[in-house]
Amino acid sequence: MPKITIDDKTYDVAEGKTVLKVCLEQNIPVPYFCYHPRLSIAGNCRMCMVEIEGRPKLEISCNTLVQDGMVVRTTTPKAIEARKSVLEFILINHPLDCPICDQAGECDLQDQYFQFSAVPYRFREEKVHKPKAVPLGPLVMLDDERCIVCTRCVRFCDEVAKTHELGVAERGDHSTIVTFANEGMKNAYSLNTVDICPVGALTNRDFRFNKRVWFLKNTPSICAGCATGCNIWMDHQGDVIYRYRPRDNEAVNQSWMCDEGRLTYKFVNAPDRITSPYAQEAGGGWARLTWDAALKRLNAAFAKVPPAERGIVLSAQCSNEENTAWSRLASEQWKTSLLFGTWRQPSNPTQDNILRHADKNPNTRCLQELKCHREYTGGARLLIVLDTLTPEEATVVEKERPEFVVVLATNWGTDQDAVRWRPIARGLPISGGSCFPWADLVLPLATFAEQAGTFTNAKGMAQRFERAFPPKGEALPAWSIAEKVAGQ
Amino acid sequence: MEPILTKNWGKPNSRKLVTYVESGGYGSLKKLFQMSPAQVIDEVKASGLRGRGGAGFPAGVKWGFVPKNTGKPVYLVVNADESEPGTFKDRAIFENDPHMLIEGIICACYALSSHVCYVYIRGEFFLQWEIFEAALQEARSNGLLGTNIKGSGFDLEIHTHRGAGAYICGEETALLESLEGKRGLPRIKPPFPAVKGAFGCPTTVNNVETIASVPWIIEHGAKAYAAIGVGKSTGTKLWSVCGHVNRPGVYEIPLGFPFRTFLQEYCGGVWKGRKLKAVIVGGSSVPVLTANEAMQVNLDYESLQAAGTLLGSGGMIVLDETTCMVAALDNLSDFYHHESCGQCTPCREGTGWVEKIMNRVDQGHGLTEDLGLLLDLADNMQGRTICTFADALAMPVRSFVQRFRSEFEEHIKLGRCPFAGPEWM
Repeated sequence: MPKITIDDKTYDVAEGKTVLKVCLEQNIPVPYFCYHPRLSIAGNCRMCMVEIEGRPKLEISCNTLVQDGMVVRTTTPKAIEARKSVLEFILINHPLDCPICDQAGECDLQDQYFQFSAVPYRFREEKVHKPKAVPLGPLVMLDDERCIVCTRCVRFCDEVAKTHELGVAERGDHSTIVTFANEGMKNAYSLNTVDICPVGALTNRDFRFNKRVWFLKNTPSICAGCATGCNIWMDHQGDVIYRYRPRDNEAVNQSWMCDEGRLTYKFVNAPDRITSPYAQEAGGGWARLTWDAALKRLNAAFAKVPPAERGIVLSAQCSNEENTAWSRLASEQWKTSLLFGTWRQPSNPTQDNILRHADKNPNTRCLQELKCHREYTGGARLLIVLDTLTPEEATVVEKERPEFVVVLATNWGTDQDAVRWRPIARGLPISGGSCFPWADLVLPLATFAEQAGTFTNAKGMAQRFERAFPPKGEALPAWSIAEKVAGQ
Repeated sequence: MEPILTKNWGKPNSRKLVTYVESGGYGSLKKLFQMSPAQVIDEVKASGLRGRGGAGFPAGVKWGFVPKNTGKPVYLVVNADESEPGTFKDRAIFENDPHMLIEGIICACYALSSHVCYVYIRGEFFLQWEIFEAALQEARSNGLLGTNIKGSGFDLEIHTHRGAGAYICGEETALLESLEGKRGLPRIKPPFPAVKGAFGCPTTVNNVETIASVPWIIEHGAKAYAAIGVGKSTGTKLWSVCGHVNRPGVYEIPLGFPFRTFLQEYCGGVWKGRKLKAVIVGGSSVPVLTANEAMQVNLDYESLQAAGTLLGSGGMIVLDETTCMVAALDNLSDFYHHESCGQCTPCREGTGWVEKIMNRVDQGHGLTEDLGLLLDLADNMQGRTICTFADALAMPVRSFVQRFRSEFEEHIKLGRCPFAGPEWM
């Protein structure tokens, strides 16, 4: 193992590592822009230069492999001066429009200027002007004047998305980021380029201008968009989610997530959230009622149906904790064998061999492990449904007409396939959304953002998500509802 | 002095194979094929031949870096992307004696055990490319290229590749990128081309003049070559001279030749009876010399370095007393700003900044602090980029401002150019 000395401290490091990697592992502050641990080395930003004994020039640490006996210094006047000058060069043509830039507050350039330079501005000339607000694709907007040509986004498309959609056109300080033949960046992972852009050149069209990032709280969570279970940061202010960003997990999603998953946060904020219990009236409308009243109605129904004839449909959209609570209620208290599971099954699910999984449920694995029947096929006199039913299952319920049906749901209109149930919207918080015509009682279910729990992904890994904020209105996690029901 | 590179220049039909062969051309091959490749490399090492493209690295040593038996093909790439302002010596080789280059390529490829050579020709050299293609055709039909060259069992094919007009593609790794069909951006090193060059294979990139010197070394021996020149600067060098001289052109002189004599005897002295002001000896990117410095210098690698400049490519620009040095540097900075590939921050931003300051100073809007700033920028650009392009502007900036500081100060003070106007621009 090579021994290497950095700033007078000696480290034993593995062969084949770069000096920058060692510095980062040892928390030695070496700044960089173009380097990204998951992309090839470009060596173009010149920010990570260090002094190496015996070498006449400063070397970029990102492309210098460690050698036994190497003596590296990161804080010599020469190295410090070089960083300052690189930052000065970067900033001469940068628009310095931080007050209106979405990246402000999480901008590497802003941070590094404060940390490593903070020298006055010497540039008296006219800046180079380049295209602004260029839609690079359906989800990504480019401000070329802010671009520092680090080529992270280009390398991402080449090496991760493997679509080769981006490139640099023109030369020198007129360089611009372009898409191949101006066809746009349409890959399924395009928003990752926004994450890795060290400045505000690439912004997320879904997020830009919506919120200054320093107002956002970041809660570690799991994307519920498919069975891959990408680790995410859920960025929210209060109970409004503004965006998801990938959270590093070598075993699952490395540093990435798909665009589709990234936009799945919207149902949590949606105006059609179910925030209190509702009961269907004889005439077809819905009436809002209190939890007490709802539980009373449920109790009355229980009185008529013996436990063994009560059915429960678990959901691959709900957490392990939620499903397990209901499954135990079924097996231990009611001793019913009528335990089913439902999956959301879009007709043409997207998939690829990068991250997107064809199973669009975050917790299908849980249902497999709880050994419930794959879908609701009938037989229950009283039915409790978590989340919602597929159209096929709903048809079974329609035909069979159980005596009492309870749905625990987050939204009135989340399930695209349920649109055909075009409802009697009277009494609902939204107009014209779909609902549950086959249900007698609808209970407000908390989303995964509003509770802690775990999802087990397709690889069988149980992954924890944290509670970002309390449930909206009177919604409760399904396990909490199970507890209330069990106590009746 | 017996000319080596220019011996056939000016002969009628000097481009033709028959003329070349009549004067002993392709004479080195017989000896070449009796030697082993390693012997050829040793011979070139012993000759002291240094790269004529600008860096002056010993050619034989460079060949020795190419790893053997990697299972991959080895390529020789000839850098004919001659684009340095003031340099037009390789062009003269193409125009006057293309077969000498072909013979040199055969020698070099044999030494490297390479069977494919790419000649990357500057896009603007259309005529030269046509001449070279015609020479290749002649060589092919006479068994000098292709399989089993002259019964030696050695196979070689030469392909030409025309550049698309970027100066940066003369940088060897940008050239390789361009050759591979990509944007001409210099590569970060390591890996060096000797290990991973064209198409991921071991590659040597050599300048036209370097390669053209090899046949003579093989034929006459390393000793004879090393006897020409001075110290570590052996052999002869082509100088392309332009600017304010009576006889601009390409001249071959032994290394170590005094500039004063060269200017008078070869170039006919400074034109119009004027005085010499400055000389850029080795192509536009090397530090400029004042007349005094130039008159005392000998034209070899070491002497020029001692005088604070570089031999570079041998593209000499002579400036007479009427030249405005501010306008000259403004012109140079325009060029380097235009040609920066834009990969590395200091070069991408620095070249543009220097150009804007120089435009301003030249137009009479300069400030006293601009000179200090220019020197700072030169320091901040040099040695901090992937390739040496940034140095190529930093060196002129520093030398112009330091050696002709009073002219810059006068511009700033007067708010205009004190000269009537340069005639050469």
